[in-house]
Amino acid sequence: MMKNYVVKLAENGNIAVDDTILVKGAQSAAGSRILEGFEPLFSAEAVDRLEKAGYTVAGKTHVGEFGLDLVGEFSYYSEKSEDGEAPLKGAAAEAVAGGEVKAALGVDMNGATRRAAALSGVDFLKPTYGTVSRYGIISCAASGEQLGVYAPSVEGIKEVMDVIAGHDAKDGTSLREEKYTYATDEAVAGKKVCIIKELLEKADEDVAARVNAYADKLRAAGVTVEEISLPIFDIANTTWQILMTAETCNNVSRYDGVKYGHRAAEYKNIDELYVNTRTEGFNFLTKAVILYGSDVLSKNRYEDCYGKSLKVRRVIADEFAKLMETYDAVLTPVCSKSAYTAYEIDKAFQTVFEESVFTAVANLIGVPALVSGGVQLLGKAFSESVLLSIAGSAERAGE
Amino acid sequence: MKYEVVIGLETHVELNTKSKIFCSCGGHSEAKEPNDCVCPACSGMPGMLPVMNKRVVELAVTAGLMLNCEISRYTTFDKKNYYYPDLPCAYQITQLNHPICTNGLVHLKTSEGERDVRIKQIHMEEDAGKLVHVGKASLVDFNRTSVPLIEIVTQPDFRSAEEVLVYLNKLKTMFRSGGISECEEGAMRCDVNISVRPEGSEEFGVRTEIKNMASFEAIEKAIRYEAQRHMDALEFETEELVQETRRFDDVSGKTFAMRNKETEADYRYFPDANLMPIIIDDEWLEQIKAAKPVEIDEKADAYREAGISEKEIDMLIHNHNVSKLLDDVVAQGCDAKNAAGWILTDCVGILRKNGKLLTDLEISVEDLTAIIKMVDSGDVNRMSGRKILTAVLEEGVDPVAYCKENGLDAKVDTSVIESIMDRVFAENAQAIADYKSGKVKAKQALFGACMKELKNTADTAVIKEVLEKKLMDI
Repeated sequence: MMKNYVVKLAENGNIAVDDTILVKGAQSAAGSRILEGFEPLFSAEAVDRLEKAGYTVAGKTHVGEFGLDLVGEFSYYSEKSEDGEAPLKGAAAEAVAGGEVKAALGVDMNGATRRAAALSGVDFLKPTYGTVSRYGIISCAASGEQLGVYAPSVEGIKEVMDVIAGHDAKDGTSLREEKYTYATDEAVAGKKVCIIKELLEKADEDVAARVNAYADKLRAAGVTVEEISLPIFDIANTTWQILMTAETCNNVSRYDGVKYGHRAAEYKNIDELYVNTRTEGFNFLTKAVILYGSDVLSKNRYEDCYGKSLKVRRVIADEFAKLMETYDAVLTPVCSKSAYTAYEIDKAFQTVFEESVFTAVANLIGVPALVSGGVQLLGKAFSESVLLSIAGSAERAGE
Repeated sequence: MKYEVVIGLETHVELNTKSKIFCSCGGHSEAKEPNDCVCPACSGMPGMLPVMNKRVVELAVTAGLMLNCEISRYTTFDKKNYYYPDLPCAYQITQLNHPICTNGLVHLKTSEGERDVRIKQIHMEEDAGKLVHVGKASLVDFNRTSVPLIEIVTQPDFRSAEEVLVYLNKLKTMFRSGGISECEEGAMRCDVNISVRPEGSEEFGVRTEIKNMASFEAIEKAIRYEAQRHMDALEFETEELVQETRRFDDVSGKTFAMRNKETEADYRYFPDANLMPIIIDDEWLEQIKAAKPVEIDEKADAYREAGISEKEIDMLIHNHNVSKLLDDVVAQGCDAKNAAGWILTDCVGILRKNGKLLTDLEISVEDLTAIIKMVDSGDVNRMSGRKILTAVLEEGVDPVAYCKENGLDAKVDTSVIESIMDRVFAENAQAIADYKSGKVKAKQALFGACMKELKNTADTAVIKEVLEKKLMDI
């Protein structure tokens, strides 16, 4: 179906690529008017690797502007639904759920990809930071964004990850390891998983029930699941929102109408060119993020906001690492409810902030996060195979 | 009242690397057209990431070692945010929190005496592009964007324009000889921080900063003008001094206010997450130290000791490649003074004849060593040596093969020389008569005639010996 795509590239394509990821020669605009008409000279490294391995890009899937929203509801390019009550869905997740493609690539920056996967009932892996090249993703929050994979099952995720993960000299944050291997069928009996009480309390009854049902499935496979209290997730979220908005504000500042993309028709001098272009080019949510990000970086606030956030990031990483000495994975909700409906964009900043409490920690400290069966599994760095195997056992039990 | 001028300097130096600081674009100095040396990364396209050029780190560390700095083992990059069309990402990648070098010291000798100037820090950063104004339109040229720079920041330790110029000339000489920068016109730019206080005062006066000057002449004029302006303000209350940024106007020779402290931009510096911290471990530092050229003062002293003339030392110090060639040839066992003569007299002479300069010199250490040793050992004479050198420089021949093919071998049997000398004496009765009558110069004619017979080969010392012996007999 065309409605999931900004640009359709191949009828027989088997992989969809989010609009936040560059595909050579195809408009790549991250769902924003500011990049309207921008056609990159190179594809993202992950896209290149997939094409070399025989995959064909079906098209560019809609994303919310710069991936800042809940699931993709605020894209400049997607048609607005007439039905205000229709549940919000992510385009790439829907393309995978509908069987249009085998898998899709998305950039996980503030949880939109994971929420979309959960709501469409597909899997999404945000891998460990540095394992998949960030070359060719329209970068917002460099320190925590990571290219990830949507697929109908953990096997589908493994298939794509086997191709795209591994060192890329074009990305300074890419880790040295040339190749990673992923497993979906490691023994899970005896593994230990914890549920975070504070996060479960933030979800509605439906979602909480889903998490508990998932826990039962794991128990049936011989996994120990226990509920614990660990009050770091709100702090992790606030910290990530500070870092993320600051980095995004900085990274989108290059979109000024001088070089490519949208340029305002009316301007009398360079300042007006900047102001008019950016006023027209960005949506309300991006503007809110820019304002918030500029503020936390300003001279008077830097130490209290950004500087402190960098320190808190280390503390959270230590706390999480300590937790992972006892547990193999953390089981959490992905969204506070099982469906979102349309809402006004002036509420977006706060809405996304609140929902990101489930997803932010993985971006903040770079650990892998796997969405499967509408829930999320977090693990320590490089534990993708553990997460895929645990989720795999639940998926196989469900068949 | 007597006043003291207090000056601190920020000097931007373009590093001599093959490629830009964060991408593989190169050769911007050879760019023929605007935007010749531009790629998606250095023109700020989305999706492109900076990747550190290792050579930049090595040159920055080498500069730090030359300026007696502490080298940071952990160094990071920060982003400096501001909008300008020549800055494609709307931020400059620079170093704020963990610069590569800190706490250095430079010793200066001026006509007024000596002074130690403390270096606060050296940091690495990228250059911006440039704007070209054509009629009503403004065009952007990104050739210079992301060209690697180091910025050397001093403490406010200068007390005169002269000291500043001595410092800048010292940097220039040092960086050229060290292969760190060509320091050509425009490749060295300065911001000058200046204040004036009553002599003996401990407190600093109101400071102004004069931005972005590219010529030493402008820097000197700007300092003299600005210092006088400050002194007039203090002495005659001509105006109230405010902390501000100023620019120097070449034409009028005056400085003008650009912006003051209140309207100063907030650059919102923060760490660049795209560039991992650089760790300089012992092994790497030792490698950089080993490759570092000897300090110029030390090097000049060593040349002086070897008996090389001041003029020659000057030529060597300013030509890193040439002094390296000399050092390498000396390392092969040649005498330094002699070898310097071969390079700076013979090579230069041959190059000049071909309309070339010393900087065009291309000869391998092996070839030059071979020629010098052939002459030193008496295998060929000096004149033949020069002939071989000419052929090597002009035609790129192998010196040993060329010597053999052209019969330049000086090893002529003494008896052969003696028989030739007999013939020369027989054929030059007039010269012998002249010699007898006391014209010493006639000896030279006889020597020349013999050399001619020998086609300029043979060891001149042996010829002279035979000649002297025969002259005694007559």
